[in-house]
Amino acid sequence: MHNLTIAELIKGLQSKEFTSVELTQHFLDRIGNLNPAYNAVITVTAEQALKAAAAADQRLTAGNAPDLCGVPILHKDIFCTNGVRTSCGSKMLDNFTPPYNATVVENFEQAGAVVLGKTNMDEFAMGSSNETSFYGPVKNPWATDSVPGGSSGGSAAAVAARLAPGATATDTGGSIRQPAALCGVSGIKPTYGRVSRWGMIAFASSLDQGGPMARTAEDCALLLNCMASYDDKDSTCIDREVPDYTATLNGSVKDLRIGVPKEYFSEGLHPGTEDAVRTALAKLEAQGAELIEISLPNSALSVPAYYVIAPAEASANLSRFDGSRYGYRCENPSDLQDMYCRSRAEGFGEEVQRRILIGTYCLSAGYYDAYYGKAQQVRQLIQQDFANAFDSVDLIMGPTCPSPAFKFGSKGDDPVAMYLEDIYTIATNLAGLPGMSIPCGMVDNKPVGLQIIGNYFDEARILNAAHQYQQATDWHDLAPEGVAS
Amino acid sequence: MSIERQEIEKLATLSRIAINESTIAEVSQRLGSVLDLVDQLQAVNTEGVEAMSHPMQATQRLREDEVTELNQRDALQATAPETEDGLFLVPKVIE
Repeated sequence: MHNLTIAELIKGLQSKEFTSVELTQHFLDRIGNLNPAYNAVITVTAEQALKAAAAADQRLTAGNAPDLCGVPILHKDIFCTNGVRTSCGSKMLDNFTPPYNATVVENFEQAGAVVLGKTNMDEFAMGSSNETSFYGPVKNPWATDSVPGGSSGGSAAAVAARLAPGATATDTGGSIRQPAALCGVSGIKPTYGRVSRWGMIAFASSLDQGGPMARTAEDCALLLNCMASYDDKDSTCIDREVPDYTATLNGSVKDLRIGVPKEYFSEGLHPGTEDAVRTALAKLEAQGAELIEISLPNSALSVPAYYVIAPAEASANLSRFDGSRYGYRCENPSDLQDMYCRSRAEGFGEEVQRRILIGTYCLSAGYYDAYYGKAQQVRQLIQQDFANAFDSVDLIMGPTCPSPAFKFGSKGDDPVAMYLEDIYTIATNLAGLPGMSIPCGMVDNKPVGLQIIGNYFDEARILNAAHQYQQATDWHDLAPEGVAS
Repeated sequence: MSIERQEIEKLATLSRIAINESTIAEVSQRLGSVLDLVDQLQAVNTEGVEAMSHPMQATQRLREDEVTELNQRDALQATAPETEDGLFLVPKVIE
């Protein structure tokens, strides 16, 4: 059953080939047996899952159940789950049990999806390797000496290891697409404002966006149908009808104009990654799409602009963790300041502290205009690059990340080396555009991701192109050793 | 770019993060390396470019000033480090 896609599981559940309870138990057993090797899942909610599965089976029997009724999924541990610990990968929230569900969690619950547990992640979603998690790193199922990517590395590894057929994730600078690429799964970051951020623990509020991960584009479409919704509780959510993303998957890519940015194939790109991506583009061309070389001249500025904006917003968002109302409080504080300063020093890991300090620096008196103001202007330039490109192309495609999964510890002590991992993904967050990664090849037995960027609210077109590519190729069907059996 | 020890101490105070004396040199070096990266922005000509704060230029929505939330004080305080009579307890603030 774990080798079936969500689309296939839905058919199986609705035709009573198997029940949701059987399916749920199967995935719980897999998590029990295989997860110790990957550390992808940090909380298993077996009892609630089986209860939800039994309820889903009743709904299925009654008829007219929603598509995802009875389908097991995992939530990234950044989404608040009522009564279930939500740690955000941090010691700060190791003891935090929210009294409410995030809107995304609520949407899946309404649809009857079964939550198996919560996935590991970089602390507060700050990282590209999962090495910053308080619960230890997730291991890449393709090569356990290598990183799964981050920050949604637990979700990506869990889907790759078939511990769940799909999972939720979030993306602030590449945190869905980069781990999807490194673990050989499909993942889409929707347009900013498409998915509610309510109950999704904030990192950088003007960039954060939730999205699904699964093995195929079709499964991502099914999950996004449920995940995307307008929400009064998120003031940045855009009130716009959610289309049925599965309805347009089968359209042809004939005459689709694909922009290929020359800046995404420059120095620093692994030759094997470049080969795989170019081969994928040629495949789409053979299917009838037209490749058009384009330029996104301000691409190189996206990493520096991001490392002002994201830490600045993070430093403000994370000020709420001070030991007063929830989360970690240090032992025996001598006074209020001591409680704040030690709770934060002991509760936050090194990377989170670094970003708070950088953000505080960029926002402090005398520096605001030179850093945050300037970065917001550069952000406008980056958005304009995309707007110009979309005058003449329908989608933009290139590599998701510069190279396949790297080994643990290999980025050394320089934080900037890690930051450059997101060089191709950050610009879409700054512009607020939707972007996806799908598997498109293998280098040294490690997956390579093809990135597909669309115009605002053009998720359907991205998913359509991804699905058409997957109809003609089988990279998305490959499984790491020992996982498919 | 390196950051002076005093600057690190000021940032730590503003951020309410206790910094261990022995790690200041390392923190300074790593922050400096990130600031070198972001300083690339200074070379960009942004004259006349408007700062962007929302991708779709959305403005803040307003709603009627009505009570929409139920009282969940007990549930919300269940997860607090220390409470008393519905209040969050912290170390003494006023001497």
